[in-house]
Amino acid sequence: MFGPFKASQSLMALTAALALTVGATVTSKAQTPPGVLIVGQIAEPKSLDPAAVTAQNDFRILVNIYDGLVRYKDGTLEVEPALAESWDISDDGTEYIFHLREGVTFHDGTPLNAEAVKFNFERMLNEDHPFHDTGPFPLAFFFSSIDSIEAVDDLTVKMTLSEPYAPLLSNLAYPTGLIVSPTAVGANGADFGRNPVGTGPFKFAEWRSNELVAVEAYADHWDGAPASEAVVFRPITDANTRTAEMLSGGLDIMSEVPPVSLSEFQNDNFQIYEQAGPHLWFLILNLKEGPFTDKLVRQAANYAINKTAIVENVLEGTAEVAAGPTPPAFAWAYNEALEPYPYDPEKAKALLEEASPETTELTFYVTEGGSGMLDPVAMGTAIQADLNAVGFDVSIETYEWNTFLGEVNPGLEGKADMAEMAWMTNDPDVLPYLTLRSEAFPDQGGFNSGYYSNPEVDELLQTARVSTDQDERAEAYKQMQEIVHEDAPWVFVANWKQNAVSGANVENFQLQPSFLLELKDVAKN
Amino acid sequence: MGRYLARRLLSAIPVILGITVIVFLIMSLIPGDPATAILGSYATPENVEKLNRDLGLDKPLFQQYFIWLGNMLHGDFGTSYSLNRPVIDEVLDRFSATLILAGVSFVLCSVFGIMVGVISAARQYGLADKALTFAVLIGISIPSFFLGMLLILIFAVRLKWLPASGMFAIYGGGDLPDLINHLILPAFALSVVATGVVARLSRSAMLEVLRQDYIRTARAKGVGERDVIWRHALKVAMVSIIPVLGIQAGFVLSGAVYIEVVFQWPGVGRMLVDAILKRDILLVQGGVTFVAACYVLFNIVVDIAQSLLDPRIKT
Repeated sequence: MFGPFKASQSLMALTAALALTVGATVTSKAQTPPGVLIVGQIAEPKSLDPAAVTAQNDFRILVNIYDGLVRYKDGTLEVEPALAESWDISDDGTEYIFHLREGVTFHDGTPLNAEAVKFNFERMLNEDHPFHDTGPFPLAFFFSSIDSIEAVDDLTVKMTLSEPYAPLLSNLAYPTGLIVSPTAVGANGADFGRNPVGTGPFKFAEWRSNELVAVEAYADHWDGAPASEAVVFRPITDANTRTAEMLSGGLDIMSEVPPVSLSEFQNDNFQIYEQAGPHLWFLILNLKEGPFTDKLVRQAANYAINKTAIVENVLEGTAEVAAGPTPPAFAWAYNEALEPYPYDPEKAKALLEEASPETTELTFYVTEGGSGMLDPVAMGTAIQADLNAVGFDVSIETYEWNTFLGEVNPGLEGKADMAEMAWMTNDPDVLPYLTLRSEAFPDQGGFNSGYYSNPEVDELLQTARVSTDQDERAEAYKQMQEIVHEDAPWVFVANWKQNAVSGANVENFQLQPSFLLELKDVAKN
Repeated sequence: MGRYLARRLLSAIPVILGITVIVFLIMSLIPGDPATAILGSYATPENVEKLNRDLGLDKPLFQQYFIWLGNMLHGDFGTSYSLNRPVIDEVLDRFSATLILAGVSFVLCSVFGIMVGVISAARQYGLADKALTFAVLIGISIPSFFLGMLLILIFAVRLKWLPASGMFAIYGGGDLPDLINHLILPAFALSVVATGVVARLSRSAMLEVLRQDYIRTARAKGVGERDVIWRHALKVAMVSIIPVLGIQAGFVLSGAVYIEVVFQWPGVGRMLVDAILKRDILLVQGGVTFVAACYVLFNIVVDIAQSLLDPRIKT
């Protein structure tokens, strides 16, 4: 026959050949290898140097490669021994002596000793340290109260503080306090973040850019060998693809499941995990100028916003309504008596009328997305609608996250009346100390962008910070929460419940209130 | 030929320089600065300022530009903030992945596009032509990222025949069948629109040629229909098809960005998207400049191919 017919025949033949290739290369359904946990993450880590990073995403990998002097007890935010077997605190709270565990070595064979610990903190804190330039160290301020650190003997470290600082132990348990191998930092310099060496249950194996970070079991770990042979962390930035990869069997564990995708996993093939953590999503109100200088107006805003609707509809139940400035995850410091401002638009209207501010026009800074911000645009729009309904006139300005931080962190004065914000912290001290004290105004290096100032709160926070008695601290934090709740310098919106999903064959997996991903004992059948 | 080549290469220089200026300006104009991105939520204005100073971002723009350009001429594209790795290493690593994806898609769209076009033209208004034209219309109309998600849903999630993402299996992969396995869905998604475009233009180019006198002469001389179409007509039609292929090559290269994101393909497109989100200015600048330069060079290759095929183009 003539040509075109042949051509269409060959087209069909080619298609058939392609189909055959597909058939031939398809081995079996996607399956992860036994003994290896594949974890789907939301992004590639920035660095695996614990002192240099701030993202939860990176922390989830780090806690498996490194240990700290102390760590959070399973399922809590309480501190327990890790590399330090025990510690003594002087009566005045300014001297901490840590007794290190004997016989621990880093993955590269370097012994863990007092000098190694000293190296770690001096690298972060001392600008003259030969390896200070391996930074920047954005969270070094966690340890800024450490005045000097001294190796008393091979296994004893003494930290002397400039003033008593109760959150120190909790900060040491935070990933920023994880201990790195000084030898490896010396050998790799600024590249250490790509060649991490710690003492943790897994040792670093490979980092393929944007493909994976692989870690292997470290059988000599002081706390026993891990249950899996290896863990592979895969960055899958696109939420739909991450969900698809989990559904198709390419992942064993997936963190941060998009709320709308959760229902996909509600069957026998998967397990869903939820865990509240120390997270707070709130609105910073500008107390320096505009309508929010009046407490009644701030309270009106708190009554006007239907937080339950936001949590249930926008966030699909992945968060809880927040009552005050301290997340309930800090159980010992949380004031149970505090109730969230109920949704009461009539009360809001009444308060607004009573206050009768000169203007009800509000400029509202909203971000497109960012660490811990959940669904900020949708939440911002819902908030705008609720506020407008009681008589405010809210105009939204939306910014990309970094720009947003660049606008909000230096303070809202002259720019906006309110701004969205979220914090994830490790100690009840961090958030109020950095954002609610009079001395934390932006021009003094703090994050009190709304200029809230209450001497009573200042005093309570100081008391809590320098006290080493947990009951006394708890009492101070509880009182602080009551005052802040009444003063309403923020609109308290939501506490996020982190989530994750795993295959049904994954055992011993648990989310931690610290938001960290401890994988040492996790096994796969 | 040598002079033509030299002229084309020289003319590429101002184009690439222009690209560097535009890329540089865009990256300095978009909001968000790397210091805040590096320091995260805890960035105090003081620290941001200090870091910007350390990174040399406090210098005047034109000075920054010339420092960057000068370094680049020495082969130094700088170090990525977010990956802590030389930009050029990262770009070269990623570019090979993009070339594989875009290359395969390009071959697919060329081969299938031309075939479909030729068959349509040879059977103008016949059943095959109508069916193919309809298929082409659908192919052109589906956005590639949407098609990509659809393919993942069907072939990875439901049927579990093919992997949903990545370039190689995480364990035990790494060979050619594994690569092909991972390549099928993204390459298909990426090539569909381009195939449609090539098919349409091939069809009209072929119809144009088939009407010419020399085709009638060839037929009159008793040349078989198969030879007429595939040997005589197609060769002439290729002169107008090749520039289209050149454009489609650029299209699949740029389209690879979406596809790489949807399929988590570790290519330069996804790298750029991540780099933009992380405000990794040097990585974006270096990556875009590199890709643009490749694109310009590729166009030169297309021009030369065309001049070789068509003696009417003066060399």
